[in-house]
Amino acid sequence: MTSLLQSLVAALLLVNLVALGTSRIATVVRAVALQGVLLGVLAVAAHGGVTPRVVALAVASAFLKGWLIPVILFRALRQVGIRLEVEPSLGLLPSLLLGAFATVAAVAAGGRLPAAETRLAPLLIPASLATVASGFILLTTRRKAINQVLGYLVLENGIFIFGLLLVEAMPFLVEAGVLLDLFVGIFVLSIIIHHISREFATLDTRELSLLKE
Amino acid sequence: MPPLPVVLPLAMAVVVFLAPSKVWRPRLVAATAAAHLAATLAALRHPGEVSPAAWLRLDAPGRLLLAVVSVLFLACAVYSVGYLSYRVERANRRFCACMLATLGSMSLVAYAQHLGLLWVALEATTLGTAPLIYFNRTARSIEATWKYLVISSVGIALALMGSFFIGYAALLGGREASLLFGDLLASAPSLSKPWLRAGFTLLVVGYGAKLGLAPMHTWKPDAYGEAPGVVGAVLAGGLTSCALFALLRFAQITAAAGEGLFANRLLVGMGLASMGVAAALMLGQRDLKRMLAYSSVEQMGLLALASGLGAAASFATLFHLVNNALGKGVLFLTVGNLHRAFGGKTTAEVHGALRRLPLSGYLFLFGLFAVTGAPPFGAFLSELLILEAAFDARRFLVGGLYLAFLMLAFAGMGATSLAALQGRPPRSARDSTYRDSFTTFAPALALLALVLLFGIHLPAPVRALISDAAAALAVGR
Amino acid sequence: MKAIWLVELVALTLVPPLLVGVIRKTKALAAGRVGPSLWQLHRDLLKLARKELALSGTTTWVFVVAPAIALATALLGALLVPLGTLPAAIAFDGDFVLFAYVFALGRFFTAAAALDTGSPFEGMGASREVGFAWLTEPALFFGFLVLARLSGAASLDRMLRSTESSAWLERTAPLVLVAAGLFVVLLTECGRLPVDDPATHLELTMIHEVMILDHSGPLLALVEYAAALKLFVLSALLLHVVVPAAAFSGWSGFALFLGGLVAIAVAIGAVESTMARLRLLHVPTLLIAAALSSGFALLFLAGGAP
Repeated sequence: MTSLLQSLVAALLLVNLVALGTSRIATVVRAVALQGVLLGVLAVAAHGGVTPRVVALAVASAFLKGWLIPVILFRALRQVGIRLEVEPSLGLLPSLLLGAFATVAAVAAGGRLPAAETRLAPLLIPASLATVASGFILLTTRRKAINQVLGYLVLENGIFIFGLLLVEAMPFLVEAGVLLDLFVGIFVLSIIIHHISREFATLDTRELSLLKE
Repeated sequence: MPPLPVVLPLAMAVVVFLAPSKVWRPRLVAATAAAHLAATLAALRHPGEVSPAAWLRLDAPGRLLLAVVSVLFLACAVYSVGYLSYRVERANRRFCACMLATLGSMSLVAYAQHLGLLWVALEATTLGTAPLIYFNRTARSIEATWKYLVISSVGIALALMGSFFIGYAALLGGREASLLFGDLLASAPSLSKPWLRAGFTLLVVGYGAKLGLAPMHTWKPDAYGEAPGVVGAVLAGGLTSCALFALLRFAQITAAAGEGLFANRLLVGMGLASMGVAAALMLGQRDLKRMLAYSSVEQMGLLALASGLGAAASFATLFHLVNNALGKGVLFLTVGNLHRAFGGKTTAEVHGALRRLPLSGYLFLFGLFAVTGAPPFGAFLSELLILEAAFDARRFLVGGLYLAFLMLAFAGMGATSLAALQGRPPRSARDSTYRDSFTTFAPALALLALVLLFGIHLPAPVRALISDAAAALAVGR
Repeated sequence: MKAIWLVELVALTLVPPLLVGVIRKTKALAAGRVGPSLWQLHRDLLKLARKELALSGTTTWVFVVAPAIALATALLGALLVPLGTLPAAIAFDGDFVLFAYVFALGRFFTAAAALDTGSPFEGMGASREVGFAWLTEPALFFGFLVLARLSGAASLDRMLRSTESSAWLERTAPLVLVAAGLFVVLLTECGRLPVDDPATHLELTMIHEVMILDHSGPLLALVEYAAALKLFVLSALLLHVVVPAAAFSGWSGFALFLGGLVAIAVAIGAVESTMARLRLLHVPTLLIAAALSSGFALLFLAGGAP
């Protein structure tokens, strides 16, 4: 089981890199979808036992993040008809390196912080911090609104990973609430994206500069 | 069975969304708000027995928050009846439904005893208010809504992570890992310090973004500037109070765990920074709504600073929260009227308000005094109490800066507002058809009367409400 | 010497062109065509060996010598890695460094031969090839470091063959990461999509193919066989990272080895069928991602993962 956990965390870190380094928006969307599915599997693997509630949560997570949200995002992309290239304000290679640096820092920080047990925590804490950092980098260095949405999704994924450590204290009600908020947030965000593109004929947030001090 | 003040607005939100009549929707909103206030008063009088392990429980701080939110919302709901009837050309389905949904979520914040539930409620308020900002459907309001959503959502996400860190600190403490505030307070000394510090920092950043503390304040001027006045009132009065409550609860836990000095330093630092930034940006501000937004940033900085002064300032902090919420309500509701009458919100378009729209104009003027802390309004007392707490703790630099920033803000706000109020109205405004009506005037008047009352003589029930909440939040600090 | 080794040696000299045939067949089948026979490269090599050599007037001895050196270095690389049931013929501590730079030597001479022709196309191909090749070194070396850490050995042979079954199961994550990195290195070194398209006819889009445009006859046969051998060696390396050494014993082990190589070739064919060539700008990003992938494997080992 440990090796499965390790492999899942390794895959998650790799997906972060892909999301940071690729130049096509469609690839980023698919990477984030894959991350959602991996998180569902991770939830089951971390719990150890397979109870109906765990399975339901994993399936819900995989379904929402792995299928439904990408479908909404792809529809938004089609409606808007923008160029499907990521336009970063910080180059792709520097953001990739920054993400790698953040991952190393996350592992170092994870080693410093005290852990409650030795099975899950040493893997999940660095993975969570690294994913949050990658999401943050995506959020702040991308110009197109849809990429910022994707960065937000990665950020939420990182937080979800950490939440797996608190499995007993966080009944599924709240985890379901988290997922639901995520879904609603994405829905609202994509509607906004649609309106942005209609008004500004672009999704470049540099254009959103009418309001100044 | 979830409590009525939470369920009623959410259920009515669905009803209002489906209601076919444009005229009746605002009236339903107002009726729901009135019922909500009645339910709140009933809940205050008969708290009922709820087990300490419940996720939804109205403790003393929650009671205060619920009362503030309810009163403010009733005023806004009555106002929106008049406002929406004036703006018949716009569809109001989403507006009304979102207003009620926001009310329900804010009530949920008051009841939430579980870290996670609190978070869900605050995220719901973010999502509920976003469509409200976008009501005017202009390019600028899209931009404002986008910035609001992105910054608030990221802030909320970081706050969730901070909540998780606190939960993990509890896990490490050896006890049964529980995210209920009561349990966390009780087990505070055994919480793991590194996790607690990291968690609290994230919470301050995350919920601080929702409050509008610097440097996460950049969405405020845009959102408040482009939203309708009544939405500004809900945001500035209701949402900020909710976020501050969350912050106060966490500060309490952190202090009870022995990291009070760390928490206080962080809060005071961010508070002063926000006050400074706001005061600087308010000077020479020509847009009335943006000016009010900066005033809100400044007031939130003030409240953060007051929270960082420890248990001695607890009563003053909460008292000021009440004054600020009600006072901002007055200002935003009247600025909306000015916007309607003059067709603009900058000092280029608005001048001579006292002549053109005397009722709203004078209300705005007195609201300005109320918010900036002029006697005999309540804010004067609360700001004085906070200053006293600062000097009692021998923090003279903090107190001095606090005074200086308040003066700067007063100067900035005063200059802009007086430029808008005095003089002769332009010809275009004189010919416009907008007139003050009961529904667009009375709510703001009522709120102003309350702030005045609190300044002259704080009624005993209100005083008890505030001091109970202050005492509950001061345990362990 | 055992009989099995003799058979294996003979078989293994014939396998490299077969791998190229498998890749081409996979691509053809994926595109709905029948495609060339699996033994087509063998036939091409025999044909080329009989053809006349045509040398350009501007070339020097470098041009003639380079294919031989390419083949020699590829053979040397083959001797350094275990091949299924055969242990590595040459093994000493630190030989992984020799392994990396043996290929670099071959590449140096191929690029030199390309420059020797004086053709601008070939010069362009040489600069591209070298420009991407140095980026594969971090991925390769991180991978070797992980293997060394896991097996406690410093020689390629022992690194790849001392991964026992149980330890392998526990170390899946680092090995998977290293395998991902090595796969990208394989695609780059052998000039496969998404780095380089081996089937393109447009010189401006070529990297490896354009460097060998001027070779003909037996020299071209040497070059082609050397390229196939490089593919074979790197695939064997990858296979040994992924599959524990204990599985390779006896005839069944040899069959497994061949099957594994074919599987890798099919995977390469699948990747080539589904991906387009990356913009040259983005190839360094891919390679650095591969290096980071292997680097993360180190994180797992060093970061105190259980």
